[in-house]
Amino acid sequence: MGATILDERKAFIINGGREKSSSSAAIGIKCDSDSLSGTVSQRACVYCGARVVLNPITDAFHIVHGPIGCASYTWDIRGSLTSGSDLYRNSFSTDLSDKDIVFGGEKKLAAAIEEVIEKHNPKLIFIYSTCIVGVIGDDVDAVCKQAEKKHGTRVISVKSPGFSGNKSYGYKMACNALLQLIEPHKNQAKVRGVNILGDFNLAGEMWILKNYLKQIGIPVVSTITGDACYETLIKAPAAQLNLVQCAGSMTYLAKKMEEEMGIPFIKVSFFGVEDTSASLIRIAEAIGTEENIEKAKQFTSTETNKLKGFLDKYRKNFEGKKAAIYVGGGFKAISLIRQFNELGIETVVVGTQTGKKEDYEIIASLVGENTVILDDTNPAELETFMKAKGANILVGGVKERPLAYKLGIAFCDHNHERKHALAGYDGVINFTKEINLSLNSPVWEYVKTQK
Amino acid sequence: MLNLTKKEISERSALRVNPCKTCQPVGAIYAALGVHKCMPHSHGSQGCVSYHRTFLTRHFKEPAIASTSSFTEGASVFGGGSNLRTGVKNVFDIYNPDIIAVHTTCLSETIGDDLNAYIQEMDVPEGKLVIHANTPSYVGSHIFGFYNMMAGFINYLSKSTGKSNGKTAIFPGFVNPGDIKELKKIANYMKVPFTMFPDQSGVMDVPMTGDYSMYPKGGTRIPEIVGLGDCKMVLALGELTSEEPASLLERKCKVPYTLLPLPIGIEATDRFVMELAQLSNEEVPYELEEERGQLVDIMLDAHAYFYNKTVAIFGDPDTVLGLTRMVLEMGMIPKYVLTGTPGDNFVRLAEKIFEQYGVEGCTAKAAGDLFELHQWIKNEKVDLMIGTSYGKSIARVEDIPFVRVGFPILDRYAHSYFPIVGYKGALRLVEKISEALMERQDRTCSDEDFEMVM
Repeated sequence: MGATILDERKAFIINGGREKSSSSAAIGIKCDSDSLSGTVSQRACVYCGARVVLNPITDAFHIVHGPIGCASYTWDIRGSLTSGSDLYRNSFSTDLSDKDIVFGGEKKLAAAIEEVIEKHNPKLIFIYSTCIVGVIGDDVDAVCKQAEKKHGTRVISVKSPGFSGNKSYGYKMACNALLQLIEPHKNQAKVRGVNILGDFNLAGEMWILKNYLKQIGIPVVSTITGDACYETLIKAPAAQLNLVQCAGSMTYLAKKMEEEMGIPFIKVSFFGVEDTSASLIRIAEAIGTEENIEKAKQFTSTETNKLKGFLDKYRKNFEGKKAAIYVGGGFKAISLIRQFNELGIETVVVGTQTGKKEDYEIIASLVGENTVILDDTNPAELETFMKAKGANILVGGVKERPLAYKLGIAFCDHNHERKHALAGYDGVINFTKEINLSLNSPVWEYVKTQK
Repeated sequence: MLNLTKKEISERSALRVNPCKTCQPVGAIYAALGVHKCMPHSHGSQGCVSYHRTFLTRHFKEPAIASTSSFTEGASVFGGGSNLRTGVKNVFDIYNPDIIAVHTTCLSETIGDDLNAYIQEMDVPEGKLVIHANTPSYVGSHIFGFYNMMAGFINYLSKSTGKSNGKTAIFPGFVNPGDIKELKKIANYMKVPFTMFPDQSGVMDVPMTGDYSMYPKGGTRIPEIVGLGDCKMVLALGELTSEEPASLLERKCKVPYTLLPLPIGIEATDRFVMELAQLSNEEVPYELEEERGQLVDIMLDAHAYFYNKTVAIFGDPDTVLGLTRMVLEMGMIPKYVLTGTPGDNFVRLAEKIFEQYGVEGCTAKAAGDLFELHQWIKNEKVDLMIGTSYGKSIARVEDIPFVRVGFPILDRYAHSYFPIVGYKGALRLVEKISEALMERQDRTCSDEDFEMVM
């Protein structure tokens, strides 16, 4: 592939600048806007955004109102684990056909909801509107309200026609659905504890975080949405503090809960030693007693010390290696840059699908002048810059994996296909091992001889 | 895990649970990837193409390339014409394919975008081509999308000059690159000059070289697609997948076609080989006789392990029909055969096969889903399941040996390199099926039945 970068795309690409005034470099980047038609975009749609946020709710019926594709491509979005019901791992759809498109899909939707309620007696149903439902104008809200009234089951409409924005907008629609769910319970008495927002329990990460908080004596009221269920979700308004891990998807909900339920929030990150420790101490400081703060300091320093020998052992394997990052949100990218720094790996290319300007400012301040920063990039650009900058490993999602391999570059999935938890101190061990495994697999020897 | 399914079977009219199909555009992309230097382009919002690329990537473990018109609200109100113009220009500027194969989505279909008119009015660079197919997601399944895109290519490109090029066109059906290679091998053995269309071998099974090529060596070349109109005839494989494009080519260019089942198992492969033999007037070479003989030999050696074992088969219609014949040839009973793709012909053909082999009590269903299959199995268990990765949770809950065949297989590697068609493919199926059954026997049988020699 040639290194063709379209003129229209140039504003989405900048260089980092630790040495320069950091913000001036980042302010120039264009982001948070629609993709250009005709590129091989890595981005997804509104429905996808809503689905990935809500799908981890384990005892809900997630019914996709639309043609079959939208439901089948999101069937069992993997990695999100459950300690209770596994209902969410099935795929439900109204499977709209041409007849429904002409005459409207409301009747079919109403019937589908009936069938679910009669046979399975669920507590919670989400109805996702897809592209087509937005166009044919089904009144999904009305159908949901009517079903709620008739059966007393919560039936919540998720307004997620694919074209109505991008993935970020889908996150917002998911947050609105969650608000609808918890709003009737907002006047319950406060209990001591936090909600964890924006961890989806991929590979059991929520369990790791909950365990850390237990160690420092902070109770968890509700988890949104990793390993969540109806009963725990409606307790969320009783919490004293919201912890926002995936800022891209959950800041909106946190702000709304602050406004409407008086729950303040702080942003946290559990990727890498530095971010994990800092976050735990901040949580203790925000909500805890002196004892909690002391416990947090002790716990984080013990865990950090435990990891020292481990990291030292691996660091020499990583000397001179360079990383490329292409992930969904800005906050994750920031954590990853820090984490690679901890391993002694320089990040030479970094991009996100839905990063915001303030994310890019931080990113620009964390990397060197020679690092390329990209918003909403495509494989052609990614390839060009990974080659030009000599990246040895790419961190990304499913579509980036074969691209990296074809280029002879190692890979780590930091998205739905992660095989092991990557959060917290446990995650540092898994992440380091995975980076090491991919960078140093014997298979690369054969690739070199082929080149 | 995943044990939502209850034994009581209740009719559902509106709710699809655990589908056994997906939508047209992904099939259209797969067909277009089988054309050399072609960029599949999705005319709709971004999510579709993102899902399709993910889906194909997970099955083939290969980059699956496709661009998008990136619809936003504006396009869905005012039409996608300008998105398509910009999109096509950008695709040629950035990715420089020889041809762009545009397919529609449920969105662009519903707002009524006239792709034909857009493409006619468009400035396409000299020597470059743009074609399209209508692939509304709310009709049929990915199989429809696959053949509709084949028809799109034929519609735009194939021409009859009135002079035969002496070639036979082979439409391979919705199969893996490994199958296509096997079909080509057999056609070469039989000395039949042919055009394979589409041809994903060399595209979705690219060897590692340390370099990434957006347009690998493989794929049907554009002049070959033009030349389909001058072919002697078409061997259309897959009775439910290949008839549409074959009959279009017949109408458009007067090229006759023979519709054959996917050559899975002995009888269907024999038919394919005999058709080729008639075309070339050649004897069947020893190499093929040998393969067939070896297949029969192994089937005989192991037949005791297959006899009267019951099987549930699910997936794409022609694959399922092929596997149904194959297990019957092995002495097994295809208790349940199910496809998600709608169409009455599937049931009719399946019942004909049951009748031909004289088996009773078998059920065939089109437009079904895996929840229903699970209910059937709950009521009357089978000894083996054959189908796509989506069957794995049923296999786990019901503790049934499971052989992965078809599309998609998301949780195993290397499958797309190996054929299920031809004698070699059948031999592999026999191996896979016997491995699954014998592994199960070894694991769960009593000590007295635990044998060193099987």
